[in-house]
Amino acid sequence: MAQEQKQPRKSSQEETATEEVVESDVAERKEMIDEDVDAILDEIDEVLETNAEDFVKSFIQKGGQ
Amino acid sequence: MSVRRVMGTEVEYGISVQGQPSANPMVASSQIVNAYASSTVKARRARWDFEEESPLRDARGFDMARQVADPTQLTDEDLGLANVILTNGARLYVDHAHPEYSSPEVTTPLDVVRWEKAGEQVMLDASRMAALVPGSTPIVLYKNNTDNKGASYGAHENYLMRRSTPFAEIVRHLTPFFVSRQVVTGAGRVGIGQDGRDTTPERGFQISQRADYFEVEVGLETTLKRPIINTRDEPHADPAVYRRLHVILGDANLAEVSIYLKSGTTSLVLAMIEDGFIDRDLSVEGAVKALRDVSHDPTLRHLVTLRDGRRLTAVQLQLEYLDLARKYVEDRYGADADEQTVDVLARWESVLTRLERDPMECAAELDWVAKLKLLTQYRDRDDLDWDDAKLHLIDLQYADVRPDKGLHHRLAAAGRIERLLDDATIEAAMHDPPVDTRAYFRGRCLDKYADSVAAASWDSVIFDLPGRESLQRVPTIDPLRGTRAHVGELIDRSDTAQALVAAITR
Repeated sequence: MAQEQKQPRKSSQEETATEEVVESDVAERKEMIDEDVDAILDEIDEVLETNAEDFVKSFIQKGGQ
Repeated sequence: MSVRRVMGTEVEYGISVQGQPSANPMVASSQIVNAYASSTVKARRARWDFEEESPLRDARGFDMARQVADPTQLTDEDLGLANVILTNGARLYVDHAHPEYSSPEVTTPLDVVRWEKAGEQVMLDASRMAALVPGSTPIVLYKNNTDNKGASYGAHENYLMRRSTPFAEIVRHLTPFFVSRQVVTGAGRVGIGQDGRDTTPERGFQISQRADYFEVEVGLETTLKRPIINTRDEPHADPAVYRRLHVILGDANLAEVSIYLKSGTTSLVLAMIEDGFIDRDLSVEGAVKALRDVSHDPTLRHLVTLRDGRRLTAVQLQLEYLDLARKYVEDRYGADADEQTVDVLARWESVLTRLERDPMECAAELDWVAKLKLLTQYRDRDDLDWDDAKLHLIDLQYADVRPDKGLHHRLAAAGRIERLLDDATIEAAMHDPPVDTRAYFRGRCLDKYADSVAAASWDSVIFDLPGRESLQRVPTIDPLRGTRAHVGELIDRSDTAQALVAAITR
């Protein structure tokens, strides 16, 4: 964004076009991030211990140092 | 000095016998250590030599009477619990109710990472070997610090320091650093309060695993009334020259960058204290409460009040130390500063800058951020409250040492966590000692003369030689002697322990 401000003033038509490109870029990037998050959560879903409640309840340690 | 000094870490692992929450953890811990010992340690098993241990010596200049000490403080009595020395110079043993790996002495932050990560692999192998014993129940190990039900166990750091540095100066300048360094070194925790019962909405996650278990600013204890600055004075080196600063405050980290910055930045701050370089007083008002308050605010906006009235965030407090450290390294070394010192400074600055902007930018480097990011993604996707068991499970399973189940390992395998070392380098460190400390002598002796080593400890190797009535004790009181440069060739050409001892004592 900072770079764009340094550029000479454009006609309003050009400006609109630039904004549209930026918006679709952002949307695309967000979609990619969402897919990325889904992928890692899916992977982790597969390895998580099955009964969370039981697991957490039975994780009992004796104090150490 | 720089980031370089004699250092080492000790990690107590959480232990869980699958399906048997009431199993005796001392027995399970012994099974872990014994399984590793019997399948990897050659021939006779060397005992740990307790002669030089004095856990009740206080850095402030007095000894605690044994009668008033809590039984858990008497770590120098050989209780018959499993205890072995590895060929990499490390000690693997049962401490209280946990298996513990104490790394060999190293001299750089990257070597701290290397031999601590090797310890994770030792624990993993140990649990796999224990599972091969007929009739055994699988035991799972966790590199974390709390069960979130009131129990905490440690991940300690050790730094060799000059004896001449006044202890009061260490307390004064190190306490504010320790209150704030958790923004870099925290491992992250779901749950507030020692028993994790404080479930105030939107206050479910904190930066540090250990912060809630610290109750005093300075003291000798490690298992109760835990102090921010521990005063145990047991240098395992010439006490006239050195003290060993025993740091019990830290979290058990899995992220290599977290471990690297923890030892690197702490070592730098200690160097500045030793050289009397810190010209400003950053003393914190109410350090114990400040430690917790910082931990309880993962947005990093909490303001810590200094004694001089200033109010700074923990990141700003760290930036004060960074500023001092930059000046110190420039002043002492200029362009000749060693590579790791330069790298630690650059990474420290980079991490702090991004933490100030948006902590999530450090999700590939710092444990607490990686964990919080994952938890946040789960909360968003499944609409979970902080008291949901699934989030607590994620917290615990992040620290599971198994590569297929441990969530840290899964994130790292998916390229979401930055690595500093490759697997082969870490695996080699399971067996090979560091070459630049006395751990080299200890490790090589254990490897080459296993049959003749009766016992060993940080500051000795004791040989039982044929034809000799008494045991032959070789002291290793100087941590920087017994290196490859000193004894490598001697060990190479000594085919037997007799030949080695004869050459040393000639």
